[in-house]
Amino acid sequence: MRIAVLSGKGGTGKTLVSVNLAAAAQDAVYIDCDVEEPNGHLFFKPQHVQEEEITSKVPVVDDTYCNGCRKCVDFCRFNALAYTNDRLIVFDEICHSCGGCVMLCPEKALTEQDKVIGKVQRGMSGSLKIHTGILNTGEASGVPIIKNLLAGIKDIPHSTVVIDCPPGSACIVMESIRDADYCLLVAEPTLFGVHNLAMVYDLVKLFDKPFGVVLNKCLEGENPAEVFCLDRDIKILSRIPFSNDLGLLTSNAEIAVRKDEKYKEVFSSLLDVVIKEVHCEATPHP
Amino acid sequence: MKIAIPVDEKDLGTNVCVSFGRAPYFLIYETETEESTFIDNSALTNPGGAGIKAAQIMVDNQVSALLTPRCGENASKVLQSAGIKIFKTTSASVKENIDASKDGTLPLLEDIHAGFHGHGGD
Amino acid sequence: MKQLLILSGKGGTGKTTIASAFIKLSRVRAYADCDVDAPNLHLIARWNAAPKVTDYYGLPKAVIDCERCIACDQCRESCRFDAIFVEDGYEVDPFACEGCGVCEYICPVGAMTMEPDVAGELMLYSDAENVFSTAKLKMGSGTSGLLVTEVKKEMKAAATDVELAIIDGSPGIGCPVIASLSGVDMVLIVAEPSVSGISDMERIINTAERFRTKIVVCINKYDTNIEHTESIEEFCKERGLPLLGRIPFDSDAVKAINNGQSIVEIDCASGRAVRAVYEKAMKSLFAQKNTL
Repeated sequence: MRIAVLSGKGGTGKTLVSVNLAAAAQDAVYIDCDVEEPNGHLFFKPQHVQEEEITSKVPVVDDTYCNGCRKCVDFCRFNALAYTNDRLIVFDEICHSCGGCVMLCPEKALTEQDKVIGKVQRGMSGSLKIHTGILNTGEASGVPIIKNLLAGIKDIPHSTVVIDCPPGSACIVMESIRDADYCLLVAEPTLFGVHNLAMVYDLVKLFDKPFGVVLNKCLEGENPAEVFCLDRDIKILSRIPFSNDLGLLTSNAEIAVRKDEKYKEVFSSLLDVVIKEVHCEATPHP
Repeated sequence: MKIAIPVDEKDLGTNVCVSFGRAPYFLIYETETEESTFIDNSALTNPGGAGIKAAQIMVDNQVSALLTPRCGENASKVLQSAGIKIFKTTSASVKENIDASKDGTLPLLEDIHAGFHGHGGD
Repeated sequence: MKQLLILSGKGGTGKTTIASAFIKLSRVRAYADCDVDAPNLHLIARWNAAPKVTDYYGLPKAVIDCERCIACDQCRESCRFDAIFVEDGYEVDPFACEGCGVCEYICPVGAMTMEPDVAGELMLYSDAENVFSTAKLKMGSGTSGLLVTEVKKEMKAAATDVELAIIDGSPGIGCPVIASLSGVDMVLIVAEPSVSGISDMERIINTAERFRTKIVVCINKYDTNIEHTESIEEFCKERGLPLLGRIPFDSDAVKAINNGQSIVEIDCASGRAVRAVYEKAMKSLFAQKNTL
């Protein structure tokens, strides 16, 4: 069962929920798809880490064959190629690796080589498998890293996979939830939080993913995120109260479930509820 | 020889554009004949690699020197490969900069900034 | 016009809360929200008039003319982004399509064309006094530096006689952040005293330093973890980054924001602390020599 945890807005508690949900499960895999700013590994401090470099293909020119026809320069929509002084210049960081220039070079002067854009680290924390994606600073797209992370879980016969998604609703988030069985939306009770909750709500509906909401940092008084959910008949799976204790644990990158029985219960119940939801969804509706 | 300046409008009285790669137009000034031509910057609406494309336009128009307030490292790589000198504009006035260039009082642009990767579609 | 950009690396540190406070304090006449993926500043900006809306075009998307398609499969095979699939004939997944044009090039019968695609919207609010530029990227679009550049351009074009502009940035270290850094005079990093916050802060500082723009730092919600606050202060000292101040965690801040107000419009601890940070920021910003 693959659970994607997302939020729209940053700082609502995606990592708090995904890390603790994974910790509450037995035999789970935690995958950090927030490749620009991965944080889960700070909590798990994984051991026996194996690293895999992730590469993208970039074109390389053989000057002996290049005759300066410029078909590649004119074709590239990303402007990753320039031709001056009888030389082709390739801009690796701009290249989107579409392979077009290599395909259309009439002199076959272009070939491809691998360029490192980031890495995936795989390690263990207790019985949990921890997979982290890290994009190198300056690189444009984390999508190849996410693809690698998620391809890895297809063959693992684990009961629970928790996917910690990037904030927002751009294509990098879409890539993260593509294979999810269930989406957990984490919302905070602020004006900004609700506004961004609405965005990921639209996203999960577009992808037809079963989903539910976790209200985090709940305070007294009216909760605009709760109102949003009630107005739309959205299932609220858990309400985590704002707590200085939890805040302190999290700011110290401690896993609440492993430090405090109270939180072990909160996240174990949440996990049970999600499992039930997924099974309900699996049952064919009349 | 030809010198180029990124400009805001197709008018000699216009201001120097603060950006090279995303300038709407370039003024190409021929120093021998003192003729001015304006060309559109087709890189303007490209989601990415605008500096590179703009620099390629300079190369293709046989420009010898570029007068600009700023230039990114990708564009600068293309320009330097083609032997195009980059000078730093000292005011917003196109006329003033052309005159300074003729007098040889414009400084070379030393401060090349990092690329912006301002592209989308991923 | 001096431009101040507010960034953080990590989301949820308080960028928009602080940006809105700065906007109110400076009575600044030009401001922009460059968090085009999840814009929030307009929720506090309180404009009554409708904005000027402009479509933003990103890279084009491939479109298949089914009548011409001969199902040779060359497009699907050559697409590096898995954007072409077969269901009811050949179809393009517009979310995966990166607009590279390879399929158009390779199609033997001209059934594939690259069509302009609206990837978002620019919104410009303006009246006699003020200008507010923002944008919203369409869901699933590639995060785009160009849209961020357009947001700033719209603001600059509309704000002709303005001394100061304040720009609310986005989380992360990718394209939109890099595009927002272009041409700004100073970056204020809002740091959060947590392990995640510090890790993300270091990554954004590394990114921002490539631009050689002046960087200053403030610590928000500092009292949630004094130990980490002190680490951040050490870090700033080591890197030579001016620390402008500490802002306490304040539940009154949440109340103000939820009422659509900035924290300096009510009397609260965080509001007072932000005021002090603001004063220092302005001093730092206007003390610089003009480089243009």
